[in-house]
Amino acid sequence: MSAGATRPPTVIRGGRVLDPSRGFDETADVLIEDGRIAAIDKPGLIQAEAADVIDAAGKIVAPGLIDMHVHLREPGYEYKETIASGCMSAVVGGVTSVACMANTNPVNDSGAVTSFIRERAATAGLANVFPIGAVSLGLQGEKLAEFGEMFEAGIVAVSDDGFSIMNSHLMRCALEYAKLFAIPVIVHEEDNCLCANGVVNEGVTAIQLGLPGMPAAGESAMVARDIELARATRGRLHIAHLSVAESLEMVRRAKDEGLNVTAEVSPHHLMLDERAVIGYNTNAKMKPPLRTAKDVAALREGLADGTIDTIATDHAPHHRDEKTVQFDAAAFGIVGLETLLPLCLELVQRGELKLERMIEALTVAPARNLNIDRGTLAIGAVADVVVFDPRKSWTLRATELASKSHNTPFDGWDLQGKVTHTLVGGRQVWEDES
Amino acid sequence: MAEGERQRRHLLGLNGVSAADLIVLLDTAEALAEVSRREVKKLPTLRGKTVINLFMENSTRTRISFEIAAKRLSADSINVSAAGSSISKGETLADTARNLAAMSPDAIVIRHPSAGAARLLADIVDCSIINAGDGWHEHPTQALLDILTIRQYKREIAGLTVTIVGDILHSRVARSNVFGLLTLGARVRVSGPPTLLPPEFAALGVEIEYDLAAAVADSDVVMMLRIQRERQGENFFPSLDEYAHYYCLTEEILAEAKPDVIILHPGPMNRGIEISSGVADGPYSVMMNQVANGVAMRMAVLYQLIVPGADGIRGSKLAHPPKKSLPRLDAGGAA
Repeated sequence: MSAGATRPPTVIRGGRVLDPSRGFDETADVLIEDGRIAAIDKPGLIQAEAADVIDAAGKIVAPGLIDMHVHLREPGYEYKETIASGCMSAVVGGVTSVACMANTNPVNDSGAVTSFIRERAATAGLANVFPIGAVSLGLQGEKLAEFGEMFEAGIVAVSDDGFSIMNSHLMRCALEYAKLFAIPVIVHEEDNCLCANGVVNEGVTAIQLGLPGMPAAGESAMVARDIELARATRGRLHIAHLSVAESLEMVRRAKDEGLNVTAEVSPHHLMLDERAVIGYNTNAKMKPPLRTAKDVAALREGLADGTIDTIATDHAPHHRDEKTVQFDAAAFGIVGLETLLPLCLELVQRGELKLERMIEALTVAPARNLNIDRGTLAIGAVADVVVFDPRKSWTLRATELASKSHNTPFDGWDLQGKVTHTLVGGRQVWEDES
Repeated sequence: MAEGERQRRHLLGLNGVSAADLIVLLDTAEALAEVSRREVKKLPTLRGKTVINLFMENSTRTRISFEIAAKRLSADSINVSAAGSSISKGETLADTARNLAAMSPDAIVIRHPSAGAARLLADIVDCSIINAGDGWHEHPTQALLDILTIRQYKREIAGLTVTIVGDILHSRVARSNVFGLLTLGARVRVSGPPTLLPPEFAALGVEIEYDLAAAVADSDVVMMLRIQRERQGENFFPSLDEYAHYYCLTEEILAEAKPDVIILHPGPMNRGIEISSGVADGPYSVMMNQVANGVAMRMAVLYQLIVPGADGIRGSKLAHPPKKSLPRLDAGGAA
């Protein structure tokens, strides 16, 4: 933004300002000037001429949420989602930054595709988009993609998400080579042989429904291998959508040992277990699959105690036609950006997660995982801000989602907590008028 | 039909079907069995009704059995198979079903390789759906005819020990029998190599016994399942020879069972692999009775689902529940 085109300042007045990056939690006013946080002070002390005012009384003001695991589908699958529609879905959900996975068509395995994504995101002008490059060319799991070229174009991490890297040598090289750029290798852990035709968690529900299962060991065996490789290489490993208790335990030990290993969990793995697929509900079909109640309990605990750093949605839009088919033929994945905050708040309301920890896992933690300068309301920081009413009740209607796709298992749920304002770089990009 | 007169009734599986409803179906079949022994094998009961047999997987016994059952009740029955249908032109199952439903059938009988296919149809079309086998999930009419056969020999299902042997993991016949037999009070044992019999089956309420002789011991009924030859390529067992060595029902093993044991097999059987010819053709085998009962059982199912206000069926599980939001996990999440 050129100096001549500066916007008037914005003051967010009277909210509970919660910024885990600095351990800040007070009722305060926030002044935003030139797209950055200019001041935070006791209510009423900030005087700003001709400022836009957001009344945040009774609301929470936090750094804009960061979702480090999103599928924006463009280029290639614009019938599911576009960068613009995905970014709209993000800001409606209070998410100001998304990191988007490389499984587009063409795959984001080159600087050209990375640049295309960033240009489209800039045109949309909604959320910040941080592209993630492919580990392997075409996500084929064979040949290393040009990390350097993609890094120069703006990637913040590499991942073959959607696929597991079965070639251990390739995985080792990825961890080593990524060190050049200080970017994490994000892994989707699923042993292809153990999970071959699986569509749900291997367990009692799979037995009842007669569906092929994906065993817990299909994930945990890969987590074990990759932690060993992280130890051997001292590389930077981030485990995507962790779903079973056994994996969690291994991450806990790796962290105790001081390895550079981090992990994320999705809201759906915290809120649903395998029984959600009963009735062949294709909107409860995703990878990794919904697991057992025991795993859900372990994941909640692991999130609360910090073993799991981050909450990320794995927002995976699919067209209605791809879900209105036999269960085994249905696409894997669900949308998540617009349900992220209220689902997390439900854990807070149940007393299973502290609000500060929840915000941390949605802001400063993913910022650290990706090494991006976001997720904070520190003076001088880019003013990505979310304001939400933690008590507002509403009912989710899948068809009303801003995302182009409506594949959510939470349709009809009564939720509590709604985003009222989203600001990106100091500019208000969303205001809830309901 | 008067509006709102009834909810469509479906038979998607035996899981959750009440004992009372099972007994109504079995009793109806018993009453209808006599038709097939008449000179003129036909009742006017379903005259003017249309039944579509939609078979997306190979089948001889089940398809013919449904077709004969419909004809003996005077329904018009039409067969559709995957080859030569619009499915082979890439039409989705949902669209095929909608198109068939637009021609106002009273019931669609569906056989499909995907678990849940029958349920998908029930969710989107307005006619009765009868599951004739969906993937590994259920094959309810097969289990009903098995139970009917058992009941004819043993009078009461409750208290019997029924042992099911073979590829339990991939068997819809096993699942439907487990659900139905347990509901009617039988004790059910399952046996097969551990690769084809995961311990999670115990959660359904069955006993697991990997040793065939021990599984057969004191059984009133032994049901042998067909072993699919493809499974050896998938490493579930090393070879058919070795499978037969441990899991073929021979006269020697059968000596462990009760003296009045009966042997069932849903067919088609692999002689010398899961069952010896001596047993298959021997005095304890009731396999041909199963086939005969198949027609009566399917007549009963068609009658009870299609005829408005047909007597007896009260169970809510045969009426398809409307779609609802997913329930939240119990408070505290994850007890």
